[in-house]
Amino acid sequence: MFHYTIRRLIFTIPTLLFISFVIFFILDTAPNDPTGNLPLTIPPEVRVKIRASLGLDQPMFIRYLLWCQQFFINEPLNMIEQWFDITIGDGTRLRVTSWSTRSPVVDLVVERLPQTLWVVGMSYVVGILIAIPIGVISAYKQYSWFDQLGTFFSMLGFSVPTFFTGLLMIVIFSVHLRWFPSIYDTTHKVTDWSSFVFQVKQMIMPVMVLAFFNAAQLSRFMRASMLDNLQQDYVRTARAKGLKERVVVLTHVLRNSLIPVVTVIALGVPQVFGGAIITEQIFKVNGLGQLLIIGIQGADIPLVQTLTFIFAVLIVLFNLIADIIYGLLDPRIRYD
Amino acid sequence: MLDNTATILDVANLTTVFNTRDGAVHAVNGVSFSLAPGELLGIVGESGSGKSVTMMSLMDLLPSPPAEIVSGEIIIDGEDVRAMTTAQMRAIRGGKVGFIFQDPMTSLNPVFTVGFQIMEPLREHLGMSKRQARARAAELLELVGIPDAVIRLKDYPHQFSGGMRQRVMIAIALSCDPKILIADEPTTALDVTIQAQILELIRELRQKMGMAIIWITHDLGVIAGIADRVAVMYAGQIVEHAEVKELFRNPQHPYTRALLETLPKAEGERDKRLKSIEGQPPIMNAAPTSCEFAPRCAHAFARCHVENPQRVSIGEGHDVACWWDAKTGGPRDA
Ligand SMILES: Nc1ncnc2c1ncn2[C@@H]1O[C@H](COP(=O)(O)OP(=O)(O)OP(=O)(O)O)[C@@H](O)[C@H]1O
Ligand SMILES: [Mg+2]
Repeated sequence: MFHYTIRRLIFTIPTLLFISFVIFFILDTAPNDPTGNLPLTIPPEVRVKIRASLGLDQPMFIRYLLWCQQFFINEPLNMIEQWFDITIGDGTRLRVTSWSTRSPVVDLVVERLPQTLWVVGMSYVVGILIAIPIGVISAYKQYSWFDQLGTFFSMLGFSVPTFFTGLLMIVIFSVHLRWFPSIYDTTHKVTDWSSFVFQVKQMIMPVMVLAFFNAAQLSRFMRASMLDNLQQDYVRTARAKGLKERVVVLTHVLRNSLIPVVTVIALGVPQVFGGAIITEQIFKVNGLGQLLIIGIQGADIPLVQTLTFIFAVLIVLFNLIADIIYGLLDPRIRYD
Repeated sequence: MLDNTATILDVANLTTVFNTRDGAVHAVNGVSFSLAPGELLGIVGESGSGKSVTMMSLMDLLPSPPAEIVSGEIIIDGEDVRAMTTAQMRAIRGGKVGFIFQDPMTSLNPVFTVGFQIMEPLREHLGMSKRQARARAAELLELVGIPDAVIRLKDYPHQFSGGMRQRVMIAIALSCDPKILIADEPTTALDVTIQAQILELIRELRQKMGMAIIWITHDLGVIAGIADRVAVMYAGQIVEHAEVKELFRNPQHPYTRALLETLPKAEGERDKRLKSIEGQPPIMNAAPTSCEFAPRCAHAFARCHVENPQRVSIGEGHDVACWWDAKTGGPRDA
């Protein structure tokens, strides 16, 4: 397992380099003009100068290498400096900088990560916690009213887009009932009990909207996996041994059923970091999803390039993690 | 009333129906038999004759719905099984009654160690501590002929061969010193040489532990070497029932005779193609109202097609359900 992990990690290096180049190439060939959002009164010569100051007069390959140097060397060095409070070299080096805000992209990410992790991450956890018991019970009591209800709600969660459920919740709980705020206040700090209550209140709606969506898919998956395993011969053996039904289902069947589900959960984690673009927009959560949208709208190529690449890294990483978890959970899988 | 003075298991008139969406399947139709302590009863019959469903009904192991035990009396060791609570029933399963199933490749849970799976019934029924159970599990593995038992307890089922896994299943079934062992085609899925080994192992364990055994099989040849008595099943009914020697010497039911004819007679005849019984077993959409074997029977006459024969005794411990009398070659008077 250890050698396998190392081997896979080494293989990810060329994969990620290739991905970063593809992203760069696509963004570069896209008909994008970073000066397009500037006032029309700016004369063309000035625009050329602005483009030159952004480094856009260089050939693409040079610009790509420059980005690589900034992202793979300068940014990690910078991070090390901050963590250990030391200075490497003279401490000044070019960082990946957003065109529109002129601040380093990594700083923007660090600034927005907490909101995304809180809201989207929490919704993922809540979704999992809802989905697994529902999936287990639905499968065990297949075609019961509980199962039918579960099927109905997961179809709803599947097919109704989050912008609809989000707006619906705002209309009901913010506008009419006035229970929760409709706008997420990012500057809010939790210092005491009442500010904690406020934080919970402002998180409930976006978390629930996303959790509903996540749970809809995952509970179906859990149900299918349970149904599959409930048919197996080993279940009959477990019953013939005189084990309690609870042990048969929650130890023997569940343990087997969780193997594919846990893998799917791990594969879904990068989406948490990716943020939930639509939900973040609706509830005005300024997370990573919103940052990406702003970057795309403003043709802020370094920002989009870097964010997209970070997502790509997470996807590759969690693919590996999913494989490793699979190997740990299923003793039949051997990687070495 | 059942006379259960000298028996460990008594089954009377057991009837099991599957209520499926496409209608009812009458899998077991009034099966009665008994088992004396330490005895080995063989049950033979073609595929689909209801052997497995009968045994699963005894221990209430069938999924319900669709399965429904419509009627019947089941007495194990003097206790009425059908009147038991779920908890009492559970105590019998794996406790007084051990099960071995046909396919050792799928009968063990792939994600738990073999040790864990042997220890489970020990802890559940005998209330052993983890350490006690582990020690006993190692003994059991040794008992069923698996070397390096202590080490192998930590292995997973996929690290064992088919024959080894069946040995593990046997260890599980025997873990709580059952009075009855139900073996549902325990050797069918194995190679011939492994089959012989498993057969020998069970013979040996029976001598050591003295449990009664119900041995289900397609293969009369296996039964001949190991059973005390044999019940022949067809369409969810026992059509003939006798001591093993008597059955082979003096088969009465045309179905039993046909089964015996499919056996290779002597070593030299091995390569010859086995005869098989012509026709298909019936699909039981209703309870039998006539002899279900009649359509395939060479001796069938009018009565066979309108009235279902009941088992009648034709000699010491030998009974048969057939309107045709093998002795006279004509209809049975009765
Ligand atoms: N879950 C079920 N639903 C409906 N019918 C069933 C079910 N299980 C078994 N049956 C039917 O019950 C009948 C008896 O099946 P059973 O498994 O007892 O046969 P068997 O004698 O054990 O055969 P084999 O030698 O193939 O194991 C068959 O006709 C089968 O189709
Ligand atoms: Mg069977």
